Amino acid sequence: MSEHTTPTDGQPIVQMRGIVKRFGTTTVLDGIDLDVAQGEVVTLIGPSGAGKSTLLRCVNGLERITDGTIEVAGERLSYTEKSLNHLRARIGMVFQSFNLFPHMTVMENVAVAQREVLGRGKDQARSRGAELLERVGLGHKADAYPDNLSGGQQQRVAIARALAMDPAVMLFDEPTSALDPELVGEVLDVMRALADDGMTMMVVTHEMRFARRAADRVVLLADGGIAEQGPPEQVLDSPTSERGQAFLQQLAEH
Amino acid sequence: MSDFLELFAEYSPLFLEATSVTLRLTAAALLMAMVGGAVVAALAMSKVRPLRWLATAYIGVVRGTPLITQIFIIYFGLTAVVTLEAFWAGALALAFHNSAYIAEIIRSGFQAVPKGLTEASRSLGMSKVKTLKRVQAPLALRTTLPVLGNQYIIAVKDSSLVSFIGMTELFQTSRNMAATTYEPLTAYIVVAIYYLVIVLALTALVAWLEHRLSAHRRPAQA
Ligand SMILES: Nc1ncnc2c1ncn2[C@@H]1O[C@H](COP(=O)(O)OP(=O)(O)O)[C@@H](O)[C@H]1O
Ligand SMILES: [Mg+2]
Repeated sequence: MSEHTTPTDGQPIVQMRGIVKRFGTTTVLDGIDLDVAQGEVVTLIGPSGAGKSTLLRCVNGLERITDGTIEVAGERLSYTEKSLNHLRARIGMVFQSFNLFPHMTVMENVAVAQREVLGRGKDQARSRGAELLERVGLGHKADAYPDNLSGGQQQRVAIARALAMDPAVMLFDEPTSALDPELVGEVLDVMRALADDGMTMMVVTHEMRFARRAADRVVLLADGGIAEQGPPEQVLDSPTSERGQAFLQQLAEH
Repeated sequence: MSDFLELFAEYSPLFLEATSVTLRLTAAALLMAMVGGAVVAALAMSKVRPLRWLATAYIGVVRGTPLITQIFIIYFGLTAVVTLEAFWAGALALAFHNSAYIAEIIRSGFQAVPKGLTEASRSLGMSKVKTLKRVQAPLALRTTLPVLGNQYIIAVKDSSLVSFIGMTELFQTSRNMAATTYEPLTAYIVVAIYYLVIVLALTALVAWLEHRLSAHRRPAQA
């Protein structure tokens, strides 16, 4: 096991035990154990098709695990509609393709779930929304529609939308992969600030700069399992596993 | 020409009355067809295979038979067991017919909603029902509105077939006019004008609604 810092105050925010995920007969995740401590930033890396997205999607129940157990903020994930909705409200998710609601303004995007799920009033939802839009640098875009924003701006709105639910953990699935290179920085800056503020995060990314500067731990996923994990320098500079070395070799060639 | 205008004016009270019948008939039919269409669309998208079969069979029957036979079968079938005014028999027949087409439109509208948007909504903790209400239905409506409007226009014109079960709607009124005036050409041109005006008004209404619902696709005002 790695030498990452163990949580000091008991329970991890995310606790995954023996996670198995099969699609039909293909086994994508084959017995994963992974804990994420309060305030920890874990970066998931690995070759395409390794199951990184699947692992994240299992955490908030978008994919149903074949075997194992998942606990988030002390609550066991089960697949009844009610318990899924309850847990998902506490887990923010940011997608590669932003997925903003195109028929709603930026403000409506960040307010809708606050109102529908948390039962916040209109004013409360809007003021919390405005706060978070300010935080991602888009306070002035509250009345714009997503189609009129750049990709980087859309992704920052998506982050604000997730944060508006006051989540216990944020999941990011390749948040910058769909962006033009010149727009990647603005999204990573927001994510880094979030990490500095102590948000618990699981981040699938190919941005090794982010992994080095913001992650407490890097987890390398390969062949359905965790091939290697530890502090960024260790995993990225001197991997001990064969898979880790092969993956880094591949990265270096790009 | 002046003969035509004279006849047009003379018959306008009858045609205006008949326009109201046609509009009420079509509106009643389409209201029922929206509910029926939503139900059939839900069946067609159901996880339960026999329910999907049911929807497929229903749509197949409607598509595979002429509307006029559907009207006659429903009229004679229903009036054999219950007393039913021609208006409601006609409205039911049109609803039966349009439900199938509207079901297909609704289904394609929902299938056009990107899966990622549904997942984004669900991942915020929004329930299936809330996701349907706030995300899927509004987006489906926006994509289907033009096609739906087109189906409504077809329904207005198709309602003329209900004249064959004894409804004095627009088309029947023109047949009556042809019989009494011995001027069939004039009578059918007159009724064509009435249909055309209704269809143009409906087209304008749909265009206005489309504009209202597409604010998100227009570039921002400065
Ligand atoms: N819904 C699905 N049905 C079947 N196979 C899937 C599905 N989602 C993912 N997979 C498969 O699972 C594997 C892992 O996919 P994914 O988690 O997206 O990998 P990564 O994000 O690491 O690139 C891939 O082989 C992919 O084809
Ligand atoms: Mg992926």
